[in-house]
Amino acid sequence: MTTQNTVHDGALLQMSGIVKEFPGVRALGGVDLDVRAGEVHCLLGQNGAGKSTLIKVLSASYQPDDGTIEWEGEYVSLTTPVAAMKLGISTIYQELDLVPDLTVAENIYLGHELSKGGFTQRAAAASNTRAIMERLGHPEIAPSRTVGSLSPAGQQIVSMARALSHDTKLLILDEPSAVLDQGEVHNLFRVIRGLTDEGVAIIYISHRLEEIREIGDRITVLKDGRTVATGLDAKVTPTKELIQLMTGRSIEYVFPPRPDTPRDRGEAVLEVRDLALAGVFSGVDLTVHAGEIVGLAGLVGAGRSEIIETVYGARKATGGTVTVDGTKISRGSVVAAVKAGVGLAPEERKSQGLLLDQAVYRNITISSLSRFSRSGFLDSADERRRSDELVTSLDVRPKGVSRAVRTLSGGNQQKVVLARWLLRDCRVLLLDEPTRGVDVGARSEIYNLIRRLADSGVAVVVVSSEVEEVLGLADRVLVVREGAVVHDAPATELDESKVLDLVMEGRVA
Amino acid sequence: MTDTAGVSPSASQPEPTSDSKSVEEAAARAGQQQGGLALLRTSAGRNLGLVLALVLVCIAGFVTSGSQFANLDNALTILRLASVIGVVSIGMTFVIIGGGIDLSVGAIVALASVWCTTLATQRMAEDTHWTMMVFSALAVGLGCGLVNGLLISYGGVVPFIATLAMLAAARGYAEILAQRRTQLVSVSEFLDFFRIDVLGVPMLVLIFVVVSAIGWVVLNRTTFGRRTLAVGGNPEAARLAGINIKRHTVMLYALLGLCCGIAALMITARTTTGASTHGLLYELDAIAAVVIGGTLLSGGRGTIVGTVLGVLIFGVLNNVFVQNDLSSSAQAVAKGVIIVAAVLLQQRFARQSSSSP
Ligand SMILES: Nc1ncnc2c1ncn2[C@@H]1O[C@H](COP(=O)(O)OP(=O)(O)OP(=O)(O)O)[C@@H](O)[C@H]1O
Ligand SMILES: [Mg+2]
Repeated sequence: MTTQNTVHDGALLQMSGIVKEFPGVRALGGVDLDVRAGEVHCLLGQNGAGKSTLIKVLSASYQPDDGTIEWEGEYVSLTTPVAAMKLGISTIYQELDLVPDLTVAENIYLGHELSKGGFTQRAAAASNTRAIMERLGHPEIAPSRTVGSLSPAGQQIVSMARALSHDTKLLILDEPSAVLDQGEVHNLFRVIRGLTDEGVAIIYISHRLEEIREIGDRITVLKDGRTVATGLDAKVTPTKELIQLMTGRSIEYVFPPRPDTPRDRGEAVLEVRDLALAGVFSGVDLTVHAGEIVGLAGLVGAGRSEIIETVYGARKATGGTVTVDGTKISRGSVVAAVKAGVGLAPEERKSQGLLLDQAVYRNITISSLSRFSRSGFLDSADERRRSDELVTSLDVRPKGVSRAVRTLSGGNQQKVVLARWLLRDCRVLLLDEPTRGVDVGARSEIYNLIRRLADSGVAVVVVSSEVEEVLGLADRVLVVREGAVVHDAPATELDESKVLDLVMEGRVA
Repeated sequence: MTDTAGVSPSASQPEPTSDSKSVEEAAARAGQQQGGLALLRTSAGRNLGLVLALVLVCIAGFVTSGSQFANLDNALTILRLASVIGVVSIGMTFVIIGGGIDLSVGAIVALASVWCTTLATQRMAEDTHWTMMVFSALAVGLGCGLVNGLLISYGGVVPFIATLAMLAAARGYAEILAQRRTQLVSVSEFLDFFRIDVLGVPMLVLIFVVVSAIGWVVLNRTTFGRRTLAVGGNPEAARLAGINIKRHTVMLYALLGLCCGIAALMITARTTTGASTHGLLYELDAIAAVVIGGTLLSGGRGTIVGTVLGVLIFGVLNNVFVQNDLSSSAQAVAKGVIIVAAVLLQQRFARQSSSSP
């Protein structure tokens, strides 16, 4: 399981001049990357820069069109994912790839089942799984649980365990922290440090610079499919320089200013009273006024997503009422909620948001079709025009609205989901992790858009695992813990440590 | 589907609708270069494979039967026969794109044809107007489709089971109604209408053409079509986008039921009889035509043009076999081979256009 790495002076991995083309897109145009044993090597770059593509080349999901890969000083050609795995390269993809109906142990040993004479060795698999979980600091995840019943963070741990069930020398993590809250991220870092101490190299991809500062050793920056800088020191390279390298411009990574006078609040638009969903949360009261941004902070699994999904009618409330502009919305009816002017940008973009095979513009307009139709007939030229405007303002790359959403990078897909609800004139906008996987530049753009929407009179609710984001963006913050709202205060009266205390309190007590 | 008076708005704003195709192509060509082109190429590539298959089948017909195959009369015969199953296939395309399946189409055709030819209906038609027969067949088709849709959407019965039940029940009821006898059509205006040729095109073929054209417009140019793609492609995303997926699903099955009603009229007119044996195995033929036409059985993707080509391929194939006095068992075997070959061919084209720049 663990690897005694023969001490290498040189690089464990050296990729040179890697080129990968998709129809119409040169995703990688000559990328160099070198990784040493025992280091955490961070890959930085804007959405669509080619990070995921590069690691898919490394894990042999894609075949490069050009370039060489050296592994422990020898040229190798990685033809199949199994070949890469045999060398000791394990990957945790941006989009989790587990089988939800199989158990934890079955998922971990999928494809390399422990067997004797054709019979699976279930007891051995279970005990090995338990050992790996122990090592990852999650002994509470039982080998016999079905993966679908785990939280996203739990599933992430299973992915990790799967990678570690191989003889791993290089572990690749593509935006692992996107589904994790701060506590989970710290746990992840603890695991990573344990691995690097054993000589395992890590390639770490994240859009959160503070994480890279904390865990990273060296940084390689990609821009438009090329390496623009490599071997940067992760601890001391100034943020300004990194952003300049990534985006080619300098961005003040700031939130839009709040309306400074404690605003003359508009009328209450969304009123939630005593809302409950059996077994998940209860007694939730929430009032959002026109022009106000309310943030929901809390741990992953505290019930924040469930709360806004229930407000939206996607889950059927077991108690309480939701009113929009004074009209009560019938429980469990998305159609009624949408009719009343409520919009939800869901958390899981792939399963809940996107029509992967459809063009970008069709994904954007699907919730506002009536606006583009006359007695049922669509004006697709107009659809494209409006989508194009949004795509431009959100900086979705590549820019065309006709390409299938499947071919966009993760962060750009997120922007498309967001664009759908920005296009619809909502009275109430519910945003679940709106900037997950979105790069630094586009983030400030999204924050500005959300603020502008609020200024135009929309009531906005934002769920985010990043405390900084909730505090920076929202006017008022609700802290959710274990299915109940434990605190409600203006954002200006809170700071990060206060929120964290509130969030964690339940665990300590 | 019959209330196509709704087409007029498209005529009243010709700019976006008639130009949107060229806009689409222009955008694909100029703006986002190969990105749009790749999309274009995949669906075109799929259909190209089908055209190729159609040409091959035609060549086979010509080689084996010469001018007996390649003459106008025979061509019209092929088309007339293919039209009936074609209308059903168009409706089936929508249901399958929407993520469903319907096994009861043949049984609905039988029931509708029997219903509109019972003595009672025919007498009523003679007393009032021959279109009474048309209305009753359409109503029966629509009604059966509605029942299917309601069971599936609101009853939570999986499509396979719900429509399997309808298959058994509708065919059984048709037998009871007809007392297993073949019912002759005596309303001459009814038969006359379906015998009209418009500029040499038989009425049955015309109906298929019109239904296909409407199907194409609905799928590609209306909110209904767009929603169908969404509901089949990712039901959860469609639901969260605010689409009433239950109601939409009911409409899809009702629409297919209506198509079955139309097909029932066509076959009743063609054979001048109503019988509970009409439409046997239509479900298989329709599903086969739709699937080789490039529609994903799992939903979310498909084209009307592909379905029409699929229908034509099977139509010509049947004809070639009949001309050569081959048994229907041999036909069945050949059909199986064709389905596999067509699907393999499509995949080849699809892969080529998505992997090479
Ligand atoms: N299967 C595909 N077909 C066509 N183009 C693709 C495909 N996969 C990726 N691309 C394109 O390749 C480029 C690089 O994408 P990649 O997913 O590597 O970006 P990324 O750096 O991981 O971005 P993010 O931070 O958003 O995850 C993008 O322009 C993307 O649209
Ligand atoms: Mg990525």
